[in-house]
Amino acid sequence: MADVLNALVLLANFLIVPGLTYGSQLALGALGVTLIYSVLRFSNFGHGEIMSFGTMFTIFFTWLFQGWGLSIKPLPTALLALPFGILATMALVMIMDKTVYRYHRENKSSNVIFLIVSIGTMFVIGGIVRFAIGPADQIFFDGTRFIMKAREFKQMTGLSEGLAIKTTQGITIVTAVIVVAFIWWFLNKTRTGKSMRAYSDNENLALLSGIDPARVVMVAWLLVAALAAIAGTLYGLDKSFKPFTYMQLLLPIFAAAIVGGVGNPLGAIAGGYVVALSEIAVTFAYKRVVGYLVAEEHAPETLLQLLSTDYKIAVSFIILVIVLVIKPTGLFSGKTL
Amino acid sequence: MSFLVGENMTGGYGSADILHDCTIGVDKGQIAVIVGPNGAGKSTAMKATFGMLDLRLGRVMFDGEDITHLKPEERVLKGMGFVPQTHNVFTSMTVEENLEMGAFIRRDDIASTMEQVFDLFPILKEKRYQPAGELSGGQRQQVAVGRALMTQPKVLLLDEPTAGVSPIVMDELFDRIIEIARQGIAILMVEQNAKQALNIADKGYVLVQGANRFTDTGEALMANPEVRKAFLGG
Ligand SMILES: Nc1ncnc2c1ncn2[C@@H]1O[C@H](COP(=O)(O)OP(=O)(O)OP(=O)(O)O)[C@@H](O)[C@H]1O
Ligand SMILES: [Mg+2]
Repeated sequence: MADVLNALVLLANFLIVPGLTYGSQLALGALGVTLIYSVLRFSNFGHGEIMSFGTMFTIFFTWLFQGWGLSIKPLPTALLALPFGILATMALVMIMDKTVYRYHRENKSSNVIFLIVSIGTMFVIGGIVRFAIGPADQIFFDGTRFIMKAREFKQMTGLSEGLAIKTTQGITIVTAVIVVAFIWWFLNKTRTGKSMRAYSDNENLALLSGIDPARVVMVAWLLVAALAAIAGTLYGLDKSFKPFTYMQLLLPIFAAAIVGGVGNPLGAIAGGYVVALSEIAVTFAYKRVVGYLVAEEHAPETLLQLLSTDYKIAVSFIILVIVLVIKPTGLFSGKTL
Repeated sequence: MSFLVGENMTGGYGSADILHDCTIGVDKGQIAVIVGPNGAGKSTAMKATFGMLDLRLGRVMFDGEDITHLKPEERVLKGMGFVPQTHNVFTSMTVEENLEMGAFIRRDDIASTMEQVFDLFPILKEKRYQPAGELSGGQRQQVAVGRALMTQPKVLLLDEPTAGVSPIVMDELFDRIIEIARQGIAILMVEQNAKQALNIADKGYVLVQGANRFTDTGEALMANPEVRKAFLGG
């Protein structure tokens, strides 16, 4: 019995908790991609860099507050700085929309043009971020590191395996739940949110109902900016902030959005967890888990790892290909909010 | 001059003109019906009246005001409502949300208008929490008309409201449309069921190749042997 529990704790510690954390970060990222897709109707390749930009500003404000001696221990100062990071990101996307995207909307450019333009914004924002904060690693987490330490868990339960929950993991999951609930409430219960769904469902009829497209687009960008800054900051807190990793995040985020069915917010969230859990599950070494479950003489000699962690990024890619081949519309098909 | 009139409209979607000096109009409390073969430009004439395509010549007058250069959204604010021929409901949204979106421009309480729409189309009340995309064709048309009524328009443009609807529901829809007109709303509609439509029409237009072929009262058109032979199947 204890062995089974040990195996479960081992899985929870190395697979489920990190998976839910990473999944929450991807889900928030994918939600942003999906919102842009359903309202502005293009795939925004600049999303990873918008996340990076938001995180950078959150870090700047964190440093500023730390300089002032401001602290909200045991929580990281970054949470205090996050609203300002969000505001900076909102300013960025507003400027970007006015200077770049509005022109293409007015000229009714094709989706491919939008996509290429978004790649352009990706390089520009990426450049700004590297220029402003530098390409190096930034660790900006302060506060108490653990909600529960492995050692405490062992003492508490008497098991030989420990379950550690980092503060950043707790914060990520709780924030994701709050944000997702807010987005759901906004889209389904508020006038503005409903007009956004209407616009995404049938642009022409939205116009005939007197819904102002300029306003819908602006609100969508503001939401996306907030989502991106939150997702980026949570990821940076949990791992560390390094500009180039945010560009790499684009692949799992798009995989998550597409797995769930692009344009569907619920799908984006589910997709985030599917991608994150599979990424960790196929690169996890099951040797010790199986060791607990089988008799000693059958204990595996290999690591029982499907893929080396070096291939982590390939997992999203494989999932993406499988979904596109088998069910291109995603798990929760539908093109609307 | 009529309450709403598109006068001598000439224009199309691109280089080629679809409408040629076409005039359609309707008065308060009246029903005007546009009939004609497929591709005659009936929908195009409606869209032109609603500002959804650029006119090369002609003008649109509404309540004595020249609205030729107003955008569709601005015409909605003036009191015009439009139910397009296709894609006329928000399929992913519930019936109630469709009606709410119809009333988007209104800031006052819409509950009583919604009750009126439910009185007019009781089935919508029953299905109010169901996505409009899951309704039958006839129910969907009722949602579409209901959505347009939510702004409390002074004039309603209906493009084939009875398309794909069974004869019984069609009669019922026509009754509802008459009821709406009795409330003083001007109704301009395109109909494929020419006979039934002209029967309830105060005014009828027969369009052919983007131009007015016949214009008269509904009764006179029904009596006109030429119209009967060519457009009403004898
Ligand atoms: N969006 C469009 N772009 C270009 N041409 C169009 C467009 N819509 C319609 N047309 C053309 O305009 C002409 C008139 O079309 P319209 O839809 O007005 O006909 P209609 O009388 O409403 O026909 P139906 O009875 O089939 O609805 C057709 O030749 C059609 O090909
Ligand atoms: Mg038509």
